[in-house]
Amino acid sequence: MKKIYQNVFGGNSGFIGLALLSLLIMVVLPLSLDIFRLNLVGKYLTYAFVAVGLVFLWGNSGVLSLGQGIFFGLGGYCMAMFLKLEASSPENTKIQSTPGIPDFMDWNQITHLPAFWAPFKSFPFTLLAVIAVPTVLAFILGTAMFKRRVGGVYFAVITQAVALILSLGIDGNQGITGGRNGITDLRTLLGWDIRTTSAQYKLYFLTCILLLVCILVSRYVLSTRIGRVLLAMRDREDRVRFSGYDVASFKVFTFCMSAAMSGIGGALFVLQVGFISPSLVGIVPSIEMVIFAAVGGKMSLLGAVYGTLLVNTGKSLFSENFPQLWLFFMGGLFIAVVMFFPNGLAGLWVTLQERLAMAKQRRQTRQREIPDDGLEAPEIAKSGGEQI
Amino acid sequence: MIISQPILAYTPSEIWSILVMQGFSGLSLFSVLLLMALGLAIIFGQMGVVNLAHGEFMALGAYMVYLCSEITTDHFPAFAPYYFLIAIVVAFVVTALVGIFVEWSMIRFLYKRPLDTLLATWGLSLIMQQAFRSIFGAREVTPTLPEWLMGSFKVTSSIDIPINGVFVMGLSLLLTGGVALYMFKSRAGLHMRATVQNRQMSGAVGINTGVVDRMTFALGCGIAGVAGAAFTTIGSTGPDSGSRYIVDTFLVVVFGGSGSMLGTIASAFGIAQAQSISEFFLEGTMGKVATLSFIVFILMLRPKGLFPSKVRA
Repeated sequence: MKKIYQNVFGGNSGFIGLALLSLLIMVVLPLSLDIFRLNLVGKYLTYAFVAVGLVFLWGNSGVLSLGQGIFFGLGGYCMAMFLKLEASSPENTKIQSTPGIPDFMDWNQITHLPAFWAPFKSFPFTLLAVIAVPTVLAFILGTAMFKRRVGGVYFAVITQAVALILSLGIDGNQGITGGRNGITDLRTLLGWDIRTTSAQYKLYFLTCILLLVCILVSRYVLSTRIGRVLLAMRDREDRVRFSGYDVASFKVFTFCMSAAMSGIGGALFVLQVGFISPSLVGIVPSIEMVIFAAVGGKMSLLGAVYGTLLVNTGKSLFSENFPQLWLFFMGGLFIAVVMFFPNGLAGLWVTLQERLAMAKQRRQTRQREIPDDGLEAPEIAKSGGEQI
Repeated sequence: MIISQPILAYTPSEIWSILVMQGFSGLSLFSVLLLMALGLAIIFGQMGVVNLAHGEFMALGAYMVYLCSEITTDHFPAFAPYYFLIAIVVAFVVTALVGIFVEWSMIRFLYKRPLDTLLATWGLSLIMQQAFRSIFGAREVTPTLPEWLMGSFKVTSSIDIPINGVFVMGLSLLLTGGVALYMFKSRAGLHMRATVQNRQMSGAVGINTGVVDRMTFALGCGIAGVAGAAFTTIGSTGPDSGSRYIVDTFLVVVFGGSGSMLGTIASAFGIAQAQSISEFFLEGTMGKVATLSFIVFILMLRPKGLFPSKVRA
């Protein structure tokens, strides 16, 4: 029991951090925000899945992927295909020339459901696909690249290219993917209307719980020996390789895990927001998700959630009030985080803790010095004070 | 764009003439890609700096030409036929100066952290995009081109070769030659290659590696500016024109094998031909998708690109 507490919750400090985060997202925010704003927060929290995956992948294993939007999008598209098929039952689509297929297919003169859509009529299959499709793609990409020791910048550029390919590919095949508009007008999940207020509350809490589960799983993995190898690999890849570890397999594992988390995030995004489009798959969202993780601190799983919430809140505040300034702010944020706060918010928090601890220590030593040195003690204290 | 048909619908002679025609258009795409990739081949290939703002430097060059064209038509209309050549120089100088500033204020602190340069320069690209939008407006702009750049040569009754395409092609060849001369025949180029190969040793024999870095970065940015200037003869310029090309540009450099000039030229040629031929048989975006997928596939088999450099990292 104690071991689980240490490994999964990260001991006392880890548990307190997690408790504070759950308090914020599950009690404070739902009580203080109206459903419109809470829905927005829910949307941001689905991005946090990607950010948590990136902390795992980038901060702890040293692999920067600029294509996490791919996996977010694939998870989202899997869920959206299921919801779209449910929304386009033959009764709902009587007016189409081919009833029973999604409306955008009908507009593009497609008369039967493409084969890859058919399995998405089943809900269990969809749930499986939300995780499996991103994971399998990550496995293929990861195996191909890591086994040939492609890493660092090359990996980043290639994942970025894959993100571009996927978004262009979805965009270009309007008949079978919905094209640029994406898959829209999603209504019910197994007959349950997802657009009502109560459904939105439920989905919000589902998102929170799954996010916390993802964080706990990541923490557990990082606390095991795998986690130690990952960290060692980030700092000294060659040395780990020469010690006999198969570095590529560990990298593939983290890449798949982060892809799976992103996929879950994408599916929850679709459930809460009610659409998905190629603009969520491409290059720009993929890089923005990296900055969420960077702002929170690329080593901190909890920091990633705070970073995501903060950047997105900033984004909506700026774009509502000063739309021209938004890109300046975002660009400045990228530069500032990289140049001045490489460990993000979590890094600031650690520095603050260290400062406090040092100040406390200094105070204690000073107090101890007073009785020892008698009359001269105030002088020492004074000079110490000047140094501060 | 001609409506695409299945490949079997053409006779062999038709396919041949399609290949020739698309080959010509591929040549002009080749010079475009080469112009874009040259600057990046220096900044990324030689220095290892992942400059995601490269596209914005191109856009900056294009905006400089626009600015020159506006000034000329407003104040010196008599000068209109010649301004374009001056504008190219202006584009080079301004982007190179901005490059020096960026290197001095940002990049030089990040040489040891390539992934961080990637994020920082992405931030820079966002700032530059918004700056373009605030200064020049969100709409795309086109400079007034001099008369001699318009029109086309008539080779035969059915084949027209546009002059601006030839101009871009000539400029890209000229620039490639110039860069090759600079890198392999000049003293500054020698210093640059020495610094890339062994920084400490170069410092020890008296090369100021900090200055070399700054000049190399500035040169790469300046070339991007010239590329942008050349683009104004083909298309219009908007605040986000640069970001549309950035992935292609990186792929050209990576596919060629970073650090190899020859590789960059070869990969620009290959990608351009593949794209223009596949675009004929598939619909527009799908041609690009097919080309990009093919490149990514090849890169997975040959991660170091076509011509891997033998320089020790």
